[in-house]
Amino acid sequence: MWRYLLPIALFAILAGFFARGLNLNPGYVPSPLIGKPAPRFELPALKDPAESIGSDVLGKETALFNVWATWCVGCRQEHAFLNEIAKSSGVPIYGLNWKDNRASALSWLATLGDPYVASAFDEIGEVAIDWGVYGAPETFLVGRNGTVLFKHIAPLTPEVWQREFIPRIQADCGAYPCP
Amino acid sequence: MSIGRLLRGLRQLTLATLASWSCVGWAIGPEPGFENPALESEYQALIREVRCLVCQNQTIADSTAPLAADLRREIRDLMADGASRAEVVRFLVDRYGDFVLYRPPLKPSTWALWGAPIFLCAVGLLVFVRVVRSRLQQSMDDELPSQ
Amino acid sequence: MIPELGQFALILALGLALIQASVPLIGATIGRSDWTAFARPMAAGQFVFVAAAFVILAQSFLSDDFSVRYVAMHSNSALPAAYKLAAVWGGHEGSLLLWLMILATWTLAVAFASRSLPDLYAARVIGVLGIVSVGMLSFTLLTSNPFDRLLPAALDGNDLNPLLQDPGLVMHPPILYSGYVGLAVPFAFAVAALLSGSLDKNWARWTRPWTITAWMFLTVGIALGSWWAYYELGWGGWWFWDPVENASFMPWLAATALIHSLAVTERRGIFKSWTVLLAIAAFSLSLLGTFLVRSGVLISVHAFASDPSRGIFILLLLSVISGGALLLYAARARRMESEGGFRLVSRESFLLLNNILLLVATAAVLFGTLYPLFLDALGLGKISVGPPYFKTVFLIPMLPLLLLLGVGMHATWLSTNSQRLAQKLSAAAVIAMLAGILLPLIVYRSASVMTILGVALGAWVIVSALWDPVSRIVRRDAPGVPLTRAQWGMSTAHAGVGLFVLGVTVTSSFGIESDQSMREGDTLEMAGYEFQFRGTRNVDGVNYEAVEGEVEVRRDGRLLTILSPQKRVYRVQRNPMTEAAIDPQLRRDLFVALGEPLGAGAWSVRIQYKPFIRFIWLGALVMAFGGILAATDRRYRAAKDVRTMARTARQATESA
Repeated sequence: MWRYLLPIALFAILAGFFARGLNLNPGYVPSPLIGKPAPRFELPALKDPAESIGSDVLGKETALFNVWATWCVGCRQEHAFLNEIAKSSGVPIYGLNWKDNRASALSWLATLGDPYVASAFDEIGEVAIDWGVYGAPETFLVGRNGTVLFKHIAPLTPEVWQREFIPRIQADCGAYPCP
Repeated sequence: MSIGRLLRGLRQLTLATLASWSCVGWAIGPEPGFENPALESEYQALIREVRCLVCQNQTIADSTAPLAADLRREIRDLMADGASRAEVVRFLVDRYGDFVLYRPPLKPSTWALWGAPIFLCAVGLLVFVRVVRSRLQQSMDDELPSQ
Repeated sequence: MIPELGQFALILALGLALIQASVPLIGATIGRSDWTAFARPMAAGQFVFVAAAFVILAQSFLSDDFSVRYVAMHSNSALPAAYKLAAVWGGHEGSLLLWLMILATWTLAVAFASRSLPDLYAARVIGVLGIVSVGMLSFTLLTSNPFDRLLPAALDGNDLNPLLQDPGLVMHPPILYSGYVGLAVPFAFAVAALLSGSLDKNWARWTRPWTITAWMFLTVGIALGSWWAYYELGWGGWWFWDPVENASFMPWLAATALIHSLAVTERRGIFKSWTVLLAIAAFSLSLLGTFLVRSGVLISVHAFASDPSRGIFILLLLSVISGGALLLYAARARRMESEGGFRLVSRESFLLLNNILLLVATAAVLFGTLYPLFLDALGLGKISVGPPYFKTVFLIPMLPLLLLLGVGMHATWLSTNSQRLAQKLSAAAVIAMLAGILLPLIVYRSASVMTILGVALGAWVIVSALWDPVSRIVRRDAPGVPLTRAQWGMSTAHAGVGLFVLGVTVTSSFGIESDQSMREGDTLEMAGYEFQFRGTRNVDGVNYEAVEGEVEVRRDGRLLTILSPQKRVYRVQRNPMTEAAIDPQLRRDLFVALGEPLGAGAWSVRIQYKPFIRFIWLGALVMAFGGILAATDRRYRAAKDVRTMARTARQATESA
């Protein structure tokens, strides 16, 4: 008897998975860095090639690490919001300028505002790979002890900030805005 | 706003960002290969098993996305420094997770996947034996002359 | 005005389909022949209105009506007329209309050809097809209306995706859908049998030619897709185990198993519940493919613009149609089992093993395709399952299957004398092993275990398949009963499988690929051929601009051919497209594609040597031809009178 029920039972299980799958995003790649120390790097600064920025700037306080480029449409969309939180959140934003043209990047910041404490210039994309970057803009939340707490892919919006970042920032530095 | 809608919005934004690269073409080299033919063929085989994260329907060997070219370069550098296949795979998985491998790794969450063919064959064999036994019994009951 | 008529036609079709899906089925249950009589007229009416809608959409394309959103998204005034027609099925909404058109056609065919069926039965079959029509028509009208207006109208269209502007890809969807949708017919036959509570050998005899025909379309459709990917994409591959490719392959595997299971049911009246289950599974896998392409649940190169709300609707459809059929199966199938013994070594036994192995393959492919979804849904992380997995896993049931295929073809019903069988096949086995060892070594001067195995199995299947037909032709002194068309069909189809295996083995083992930077005058040596790059020039097409390279191919100093690969940019969508240049021969393809300009007149050029690759698609075509032969066997064609029927039935039982 049971062997005639097996097909419908299997079908029901499959249908359940499909229903669940309709709410998932199959192309979204979660970061394996969450909960691990921020990848180490040393790059020339965007503004002054003679200066260098390294991962030691992270790991002092709760900070954001934002991957951006002038060729990235979404980066432009989130830029105004980045300017806002740079002023109001108490969380410093460090930038990774990914495979960009230095001159364009600098003029972009000059025109649209510079929310970054400093931007590192990753010309060949090696550091971006170390951070598991695959689609700009990407924003990492790095904790006071240098652990990667969260990664958001796609433009940063007030809703995402509210829902995902603020609770984690509060947990890390005690309050929002960070003292 | 429901979670479903938020996730859908996220998906659309992700796709919009990723889709800024047109994933239509196929990458045709050439890129500096290895002098050592064994190393070169190992490299060529490996890049055909790594998934491109931008053009997710292609391997990094085929994808024209800049990230694919960067990853190929990283792999070449690692192999030139003497890294083994396992070490290169570890490098990629540490940064992008198991998603980046077209050959799924063997770990507890994939035991079912890799075990499935063997399990299915075993079930198939069992079914075959059961059916043949019962039909054999029937044929003997019918007293068929054996040819 | 006219597009609205198209929408209205679909609404009318839905109305008729609703009647078709209910009245005959109820009539068959309560025994009212005036109700069952609704089946055929409703089917005819539905066909008329769906066809009208299809023609209206085609007309909108041909007349450049960019006030219709779908036309504006997929066409352009500069698009050649043939492609404007093909653009009808270039996107999600139009492809659904194609699906509906093909379903209506199959239903009409069944309605006409079913006059020899008992009315009750025909009514049930057409009724079930009506249920499927209702589902798909509702889906189209409610979520994917191809006649939606775009106001204000666009000045010109978005152009058809350049990838689709190709004759191969024009034919691929209609033929493939004819296969997919055609599997609804055996499905309907199976459900009708479950509803009536019984099925017998006659049922199998009715169902089989429809199944083989649908299977044949599916075979050609999949082969077309593979061939197109090879010559159009500039990559040289022919199968990627992409989720949607798998979604078309699984119904094919199930349909193959179904055809063979029907053989047993037709002959011995056993394996009935197997056959019914396979018929349900084959069409369900078709519907699953529809779900996977349009719901966004899996990443695929074939995915239409994915929309979860459409996904929900299709899932509902799948649940009602497949789930409903499987529930019916759980309730009724047990009653159908019948007695019929056979020995361990017998045709039935081989066919049973064949079906088990095909189902194992289907299940393995299904599991691998869906596994990333399973893990993600359970929160266990994200993985990818690609060719490295499928290539390995598919071989596990396939290698034994190929081996057994050669033997099973010669097994006799009920019981087979193993000694005689072994004797008959020993020569074939020796030939196969020799071929396996000699072909690689002599022609290509290298051989690995897998290569030898592949060539040997391919040769084994071909020789075994052609053994009986060829010995009949050769030994004219021992006529016996002439081979029926069905037997010719079987031999041909199986020989096609062997050709396919040969093609895959040789091209995988001995194909050579090289990406080179070439300047004008540079040459490359490959497989005894010399390729010389003669530079590029600019070319203007109807709706594209291209850079065309010129490559001279020589062998032993003699000029064989000039290949002209192109790099095209279509004027509207502006995506670069690679048009490979191929010198096709049965023995080998020479494949050249243009990459990127590297500066200083140098270009990256891909050159490939593909031995035996045509055998892959040739094998598929031969398989399909075998199917045509088998489906048109005399015993399936309408018998004129009782005596003819009796005679053909006798012949069928003697030779099947």
